[in-house]
Amino acid sequence: TTPGGSITKVLIANRGEIACRVIRTAKKMGVQSVAVYSEADRNSMHVDMADEAYSIGPAPSQQSYLAMEKIIQVAKSSAAQAIHPGYGFLSENMEFAELCKQEGIIFIGPPSSAIRDMGIKSTSKSIMAAAGVPVVEGYHGKDQSDQCLREHAGKIGYPVMIKAVRGGGGKGMRIVRSEREFQEQLESARREAKKSFNDDAMLIEKFVDTPRHVEVQVFGDHHGNAVYLFERDCSVQRRHQKIIEEAPAPGINPEVRRKLGEAAVRAAKAVKYVGAGTVEFIMDSRHNFYFMEMNTRLQVEHPVTEMITGTDLVEWQLRIAAGEKIPLSQEEIPLQGHAFEARIYAEDPDNNFMPGAGPLVHLSTPSADMSTRIETGVRQGDEVSVHYDPMIAKLVVWASDRQSALSKLRYCLHQYNIVGLRSNVDFLLRLSGHPEFEAGNVHTDFIPQHHKDLLPSHSTIAKESVCQAALGLILKEKEMTSAFKLHTQDQFSPFSFSSGRRLNISYTRNMTLRSGKSDIVIAVTYNRDGSYDMQIDNKSFRVLGDLSSEDGCTYLKSSINGVARKSKFILLDNTVHLFSMEGSIEVGIPVPKYLSPVSAEGAQGGTIAPMTGTIEKVFVKAGDRVKAGDSLMVMIAMKMEHTIKAPKDGRIKKVFFSEGAQANRHAPLVEFEEEESDK
Amino acid sequence: YHGDSVARLGTQPDSASSTYQENYEQMKALVSQLHERAQYVRLGGSEKARARHTSRGKLLPRDRIDNLIDPGSPFLEFSQFAGYQLYGDEEVPAGGIITGIGRVSGVECMIVANDATVKGGTYYPVTVKKHVRAQEIALQNRLPCIYLVDSGGANLPRQADTFPDRDHFGRIFYNQAIMSSKNITQIAVVMGSCTAGGAYVPAMADENIIVQKQGTIFLAGPPLVKAATGEEVSAEDLGGADLHCRKSGVTDHYALDDHHALHLTRKVVRSLNYQKKMDVTIEPSEEPLFPADELYGIVGANLKRSFDVREVIARIVDGSRFNEFKALYGDTLVTGFARIFGYPVGIIGNNGVLFSESAKKGAHFVQLCCQRNIPLLFLQNITGFMVGRDYEAEGIAKDGAKMVAAVACAKVPKITVIIGGSYGAGNYGMCGRAYSPRFLYMWPNARISVMGGEQAATVLATVARDQKAREGKQFSSAEEAALKEPIIKRFEEEGNPYYSSARLWDDGIIDPVDTRLVLGLSLSAALNAPIQRTDFGIFRM
Repeated sequence: TTPGGSITKVLIANRGEIACRVIRTAKKMGVQSVAVYSEADRNSMHVDMADEAYSIGPAPSQQSYLAMEKIIQVAKSSAAQAIHPGYGFLSENMEFAELCKQEGIIFIGPPSSAIRDMGIKSTSKSIMAAAGVPVVEGYHGKDQSDQCLREHAGKIGYPVMIKAVRGGGGKGMRIVRSEREFQEQLESARREAKKSFNDDAMLIEKFVDTPRHVEVQVFGDHHGNAVYLFERDCSVQRRHQKIIEEAPAPGINPEVRRKLGEAAVRAAKAVKYVGAGTVEFIMDSRHNFYFMEMNTRLQVEHPVTEMITGTDLVEWQLRIAAGEKIPLSQEEIPLQGHAFEARIYAEDPDNNFMPGAGPLVHLSTPSADMSTRIETGVRQGDEVSVHYDPMIAKLVVWASDRQSALSKLRYCLHQYNIVGLRSNVDFLLRLSGHPEFEAGNVHTDFIPQHHKDLLPSHSTIAKESVCQAALGLILKEKEMTSAFKLHTQDQFSPFSFSSGRRLNISYTRNMTLRSGKSDIVIAVTYNRDGSYDMQIDNKSFRVLGDLSSEDGCTYLKSSINGVARKSKFILLDNTVHLFSMEGSIEVGIPVPKYLSPVSAEGAQGGTIAPMTGTIEKVFVKAGDRVKAGDSLMVMIAMKMEHTIKAPKDGRIKKVFFSEGAQANRHAPLVEFEEEESDK
Repeated sequence: YHGDSVARLGTQPDSASSTYQENYEQMKALVSQLHERAQYVRLGGSEKARARHTSRGKLLPRDRIDNLIDPGSPFLEFSQFAGYQLYGDEEVPAGGIITGIGRVSGVECMIVANDATVKGGTYYPVTVKKHVRAQEIALQNRLPCIYLVDSGGANLPRQADTFPDRDHFGRIFYNQAIMSSKNITQIAVVMGSCTAGGAYVPAMADENIIVQKQGTIFLAGPPLVKAATGEEVSAEDLGGADLHCRKSGVTDHYALDDHHALHLTRKVVRSLNYQKKMDVTIEPSEEPLFPADELYGIVGANLKRSFDVREVIARIVDGSRFNEFKALYGDTLVTGFARIFGYPVGIIGNNGVLFSESAKKGAHFVQLCCQRNIPLLFLQNITGFMVGRDYEAEGIAKDGAKMVAAVACAKVPKITVIIGGSYGAGNYGMCGRAYSPRFLYMWPNARISVMGGEQAATVLATVARDQKAREGKQFSSAEEAALKEPIIKRFEEEGNPYYSSARLWDDGIIDPVDTRLVLGLSLSAALNAPIQRTDFGIFRM
């Protein structure tokens, strides 16, 4: 099984940032790279970066990035000796690893047996227990009847966790806090597991409350060696998915660190592990840790490990796959400084982190350097596709200690500006700025516990910010007028100055802007000296400033009551976006009735699709009477289930979609009968 | 190397001098008064009337204009003080109608907006006069007209002064027809009632817009219909937007509210396919070298105090650059070329009483400007032509006539600003109202009358004394004072710019500081019309 010879050409069976990441190392090593792409990714970054690129089918991943035969075919015709699967897709697919072996192609990953053993949670646990790795109590049996599972859950004691045996990435996983909700959660977990893994076998585990999620990076080679590259803390999660990771884990003493590492190496050796792997543990408040699972791939968050160890793990993967020994011995692996990774997603934190998609109309990032990495697969103008993971980028920073790294992370996040779709950048800023996070008091319930601080329900916008937005709009308007006059012979007419001048009286203009759901009226008086007096709710501001252009971005320099500020100014779709070190501001420009052809009020009479997706289940029919909060439909979108609930009590007038149908974003799903109370 | 350079005009005033300071204070006080009075006029009708107006979802007329013109662009308003103290206790702020020039979708348009909060927007005599004057400006300068109509029609108690004469109510519709025939677009926006004669404003427009549930157009309103035929009908059914847009075809565009109507109006203007073509050269604009408010200290409010008009010019024109013509000849009249906001302008300013040479120089300069298509700017501060035997013998009458004739015939745009006194035949030679300048503005210190109050009183006193002497009676100094005082007082009152503006003898009182802007806007507007060739009549040699 020990492959020989070097790898001179590698196929990357993935897309997005990880494909770009692998290509970068391949280039560095002088290894040719072969990209594969779906029709949706025709113009994407990984295709541009690779030395060769092959189309492998339509957008849905089943027909492209998961189409093993097609990928093998490309590997053969392009004469790639190896396939790097990245993460997700085929990275932990035993059959694919097998297939590669049969076809004489190096699969950059562990042997298929290790994937199989670690992919089935029940098996992995018994192997680990046997190897002396601590594990959590649970039911991993074959009997999958509802009753059996419920009984075991009762025996283990609530709260319990239902998990898909083949699961991963939070898919097919549910926490059940009481027997009452067991059945519903079980069915939901099964549906999702069936969809994601085509296998709905479940296991039940004791749910450790407020645990930390600590994982250890390990490497094995074909020569029986295994090392650990220290741990990462990935405790802070939403929707059971990681959002911010760091290495090393905060507050862990060297003794525990060594124990963790050694347990992980034992685990790797127990399955004769080869290549990059991650051993995940849950850790309680007293730093006891239990084996959870082993991920037999390169993890999304591997860069934080690279940053603190000064290694290139993709390079290690390639070298080990080619039969080389692990480049460093355990003693030679340093641990220096502290690194953070923040995952920037297209999602709406205010709407339960609902994944999003859409164009990156504006995208500007901090500049990369030795200690700042921007791992991304998209550029300004690209689209975050509905077909794949909505991650936009990973922002990775390193500094000599945790506090400095955290400051750097926040500084860089301020410079990560996205317009066109909802992103979690502001949320990440609040998260990384939270005192408890700063103190290193992280655990998997961090977000729910600090929900109020992290997701303030109605943050009232500062009046100064409104002034900035109003100023930006006025200046933009002025710019447009100036641009217009360049087309005419009459360039210096004072009529074309946006001076707002009136004879003997001053000009005050009422502007209405919208923050959240409330309208803000600003009375703007034009002064002779080019400044403006802005009045909002009896508070006055003297405002002046100008717009300038730098690196293709527009900046608004403003002075408000003598306080000077500079922020990036973007005007898009009747919304003003301002980005500065103080944070980002979004202010809407209400569109008059006569300019909005479709009434946005349509949503009030019924429910609308939160995003484009497929209707999985329909629970109601016309004529049904429902109560507010009742489930009406289940939609599958962005690989997630969304339950559509009744917004109010009432009688269903019409159901617009049947099961299996595709609904577009904002499409009405259900219409309610008009009731007296609505009129 | 210095080929195109021009020596800068103007000197640094001694701002510490008591004269400067006194002048400054006096003018500043007049300007403050102007701003206060304008601020009051701006409000329009009573608070109650305004509240009623806005409670119906209607915008106030000034807000309508602000929303109609290009956002943040200037508005050149005319005759704010029309009707000021004109009807005794009855206040008719701004004459009940707001007129002015503003850019709509990049096109300079004449905007005429009724103020329904003032006497229901009914037409007083001064309202008619202001409306007709706005149309005259539009016609002379070829500006598309936009009528924001919200009026109850003629003010019935004053019908005799609004209906029958040539320049009365009917002239409005006559003008619309004539302008339309000359391809000067007429747009009406019906934002309130258009009753009886008023109905013809939208009906005679090239294109019009009506606001649903607000605008109505009918020859006779519901009360009159009931009286005439007994038919009972609501205003909306009789002449609302639905009727006129769907059935009668009297209106073209259906607006949901005022904002929508103004939005539609902007679109109508955009679809005019209008291009401003100018007959003059343009140069980059440059601010004057001196702050405009120094005009206060230089000019002051005391008309007896003289000042060098070049100092005024230096604070108005681009880069304070002035190419003076015939500087050494007839030096009581200053003539020369300059630019204002890049537009060329020939300036004629007074530096004292007019002599024969000054008048001949003026006539010559007017001819130059007409030959070269250069707009003329008159800065009036004139007591009149020189009197006395020597001057009469020299033929000052025919020399003055030359200047008056030249000014009368000149077809280039003429703009007059009265920056001091405007007396007697000086007013004629310096393009007073009768000489049809495209625009005429007054500074708040200005005075206009056939002669000064003092002179008039003295003349009348002399006549009285002579008469008494013929009757062999004595004329005591007390009697003389008693005779003179009311005359001086009356001249003072009637020569006042507010008295003038109230009667539309001018197009507005302006702050001296705004002169440059107002002239720039006026020139810009005037250049919408092609400059016609001037044919001069006979100059008596």
